[in-house]
Amino acid sequence: MSLLEVSGLTKRFGGVVANRDVSFTVRPGELVGVIGPNGAGKSTLFDLITGFAPADAGTVQIDGRDVTRLRPDQICRLGVGRTFQKLRPFHEMTALENVMIGAFLGTADVDAARQAAREALERVGLGDRAAAHARGLSTGQRKRLELARALATRPRLLLLDEVTGGVDPGAIPGLVALVRELHARGLALVVIEHNMRVIMEISERVLALQLGEVIADASPAEIMRDQRVIDAYLGEAWRV
Amino acid sequence: MRRALGAVVVLAVLAFPLVFVRPFPRHVMIMIFLYGALATAWNVLAGYCGQISLGHAVYFGIGAYTSTLLAREAALTPWFGMAAGAGLAVLVSQAIGYPVFRLRGHYFAIATIGVGEIVQTIVINWDWVGGARGLFVPIKRPDSLVNFQFHESKAVYYYIALGLLALAVAATRRLERSRRGYLFRAIREDQEAAASLGVHVAREKHMAMAVSAALTALGGTFWAQYVLFIDPESVFPLSLSILICLVAVLGGVGSLWGPVLGAAVLVPLSEGTRVLLGGTGKALDLVIYGALIMLIAVFQPAGIVGLARRFRRGRRPAAGAARRQESAA
Repeated sequence: MSLLEVSGLTKRFGGVVANRDVSFTVRPGELVGVIGPNGAGKSTLFDLITGFAPADAGTVQIDGRDVTRLRPDQICRLGVGRTFQKLRPFHEMTALENVMIGAFLGTADVDAARQAAREALERVGLGDRAAAHARGLSTGQRKRLELARALATRPRLLLLDEVTGGVDPGAIPGLVALVRELHARGLALVVIEHNMRVIMEISERVLALQLGEVIADASPAEIMRDQRVIDAYLGEAWRV
Repeated sequence: MRRALGAVVVLAVLAFPLVFVRPFPRHVMIMIFLYGALATAWNVLAGYCGQISLGHAVYFGIGAYTSTLLAREAALTPWFGMAAGAGLAVLVSQAIGYPVFRLRGHYFAIATIGVGEIVQTIVINWDWVGGARGLFVPIKRPDSLVNFQFHESKAVYYYIALGLLALAVAATRRLERSRRGYLFRAIREDQEAAASLGVHVAREKHMAMAVSAALTALGGTFWAQYVLFIDPESVFPLSLSILICLVAVLGGVGSLWGPVLGAAVLVPLSEGTRVLLGGTGKALDLVIYGALIMLIAVFQPAGIVGLARRFRRGRRPAAGAARRQESAA
């Protein structure tokens, strides 16, 4: 059975169709990349899946259970974590406290949450920054912090909205390695990413969106040869 | 060092009524405790959970009216009325929460003002609870703890108010260190991010509101027993809601002792300017009081607690250097 099954999702904002009849599935442990030009509806798709925006039509299923009308916290409880394109750390809290919020999903005990948060920070390589306030972290560190926070909820599926966006180039390989490691440990991921090198390198399957519609759902190699994807997004330079 | 200082303060506060036997100094201290408790209660919802309410007079008034009505109609001790008032305030706060928690930021604050005005207007027009004329608390003699009335001396009121403050601070301290305290702060910082991590935002806000409302109602009952007369103008006004907020903001929101510090500064200021300059018919005391609040808002928006932090940071330049190093790394 698929872990995530999206079928016929449609979302309109006034006259603008942000998602039109979007359907795809994610199997347990799979890594799916999502590409598309700005305004293609990638982030909206994440919002619909995670309950942050109500869909106008279509359904979202997790493990075969319809979650279309559930709240974000309920969906998180079902094992779906996410990050945001525009980073949303809890600025006035330390890195450790940020991650503890995620850990509190699994425990009410403050010490246990602190311990779990420490482990999650170690996992993303932020162990030495536990006591720093979130506002004092660099963009790359904040990306890692959001990852650690989501990981602390112990998800089976993680939706990452732009792993490398806005990050200083030197920090990109580390983040990519981190995503691969999480995948290697069996976590299913859906990753929105503009850096084509990254997406082609890590994805098992790529979903291409344009103007809210899925124009391709295929392996990275096939995506690179897909005429519609080239026209809509990649440009002629990518033709192999 | 901190522990010793704390012990000295506690002893001084406990011994205060033994040294100062005249009513006025005791009255000022009682008001500090009461407003400290109210601001601490407000701080649970506004400071920790980030929901700025300007309608907390509703819960204060419910506390005052519930105990007074129960004493008048059923001759029940105000202590029972106090508990009942807190319970009723929780129920009302949950009902208010459903519509107002849908709103954010300024709109939430404005909605709470609206609710406060509605409640005050209802009470003014409700004859059974005395309408605009208000209610006298039935006078009971002799002075006794059960009657919650002390006509001979303010000393007992002093200790009850102190107990109220201690309860509010203890509850906040406990909350601050619990899972719930962390979740409240996460909601204050970014409620979407909190929701994405599994935090049931609406439920936590309702919980913060309940604790805050209950503690505020306790203060209302105390006030009714202290002045023995209540009317909508004295226990339900917007000015009270704003004052509660002001005390907390002055002291420093989102910190345990901020609201208490705020009360310790603002109440003597208010009482002092009133005694020194009031009664001239020119309201000069209120002008000065208002000007002081403006000065604080302009120069120290983080409150007294923020000032103390800045002072401590200033003495430790190494901390700043370390931070710069970190951000460079």
